Amino acid sequence: MDADLIAAEDDQVELKGSTIIAAIKASGVEFILSVPDIVTSGGLLRPIARDPAFKLVRVCKEDECIGIASGLSYCDRRALTLIQYTGFLDSINAIRGVAIEYRQPICMMIGLLGHDPSTAPRNSPRYGVRIIEPILDAMGIPHHLINAEADVAKIRPAIDDAYATSHPLALLIGRRPSGA
Amino acid sequence: MMKRDQCFRALARHVNDEVVVATYSSAVDWLELGERALNYFSVGAMGLDSSHALGLALGRPEKRVICLQGDGSLLMNLGSLVTIAAAAPKNLVHFVVQNGTYEANGSHPIPNTGVEFAAMARAAGYAHVHEFSELANFEQQAGHILQQDGPVFATLHVERSKPLTYDYANLYDAARRAALKAALRER
Repeated sequence: MDADLIAAEDDQVELKGSTIIAAIKASGVEFILSVPDIVTSGGLLRPIARDPAFKLVRVCKEDECIGIASGLSYCDRRALTLIQYTGFLDSINAIRGVAIEYRQPICMMIGLLGHDPSTAPRNSPRYGVRIIEPILDAMGIPHHLINAEADVAKIRPAIDDAYATSHPLALLIGRRPSGA
Repeated sequence: MMKRDQCFRALARHVNDEVVVATYSSAVDWLELGERALNYFSVGAMGLDSSHALGLALGRPEKRVICLQGDGSLLMNLGSLVTIAAAAPKNLVHFVVQNGTYEANGSHPIPNTGVEFAAMARAAGYAHVHEFSELANFEQQAGHILQQDGPVFATLHVERSKPLTYDYANLYDAARRAALKAALRER
């Protein structure tokens, strides 16, 4: 089966959307900025849209998130950009200009559409997935793979550090979080 | 037709503790009117000024945010009109300065110099939309526009003001960003 078509319930390893959302909340994130991504649609974006603890800003194109998150950061308000890796690729110049050259704490949660979670992203048979981590490395952006429940513990300290030292961050979602 | 610097002088008479987001040629002309900590110059990633302004407006809903965006810049981020209208910040006033050129990049024309940004903003769902071609009219209305519940949009139809010098090192200066953040924490 094409990895795109693996539903969370077909996956043998569960990654719970609820634990990721709890980690996002614990990190003080108030604003979620998003273009829908099928990897995170059911397990993250839908429950976030229903959760009054978050302010969800639906944008038309992913690079808008970089500007909005930057504006919010000047007001000491934390935001998480929730997008697909294609949107990350489309936003590279905004990330370069705002997040890196302006040293802004732009925190991105990026769904790896088409990734086979049993492999490492940089070994993915999908070209688009395979290049993400090398691009993040080349840009000097810290990144973490969130592929299993044990990885969720990385989220809060990574976001705290991004805001404490004002640098961008990428959290790569390697499998579809369940609605649990 | 109006000139951009004339419009900005008229606008500046009504600006006190608002955050002003400006980029490229608009930033240069706005800065000529004086230094202020609440300026936010978003050079480096063209088109994002309206998105920066939205973030500031959402982050500080009690504070008015003014965006001075060029037409070439808005064309790179037209979706932000829809995003801003949907987010509906009451404190955001969004100007597009329409001179029909990518002035900072050699003054080549934008793809369609007659594009109607006000019509786009109205269709996107901005609360109030204005359009100005006469300076006297803008001078009369500028104060009123800044008081309206947003999101407010206004097109300023201008000619090129004068050849500009782009001091990007100054606009990019990290001290400006630190001063803005400090000012936002104070007020």
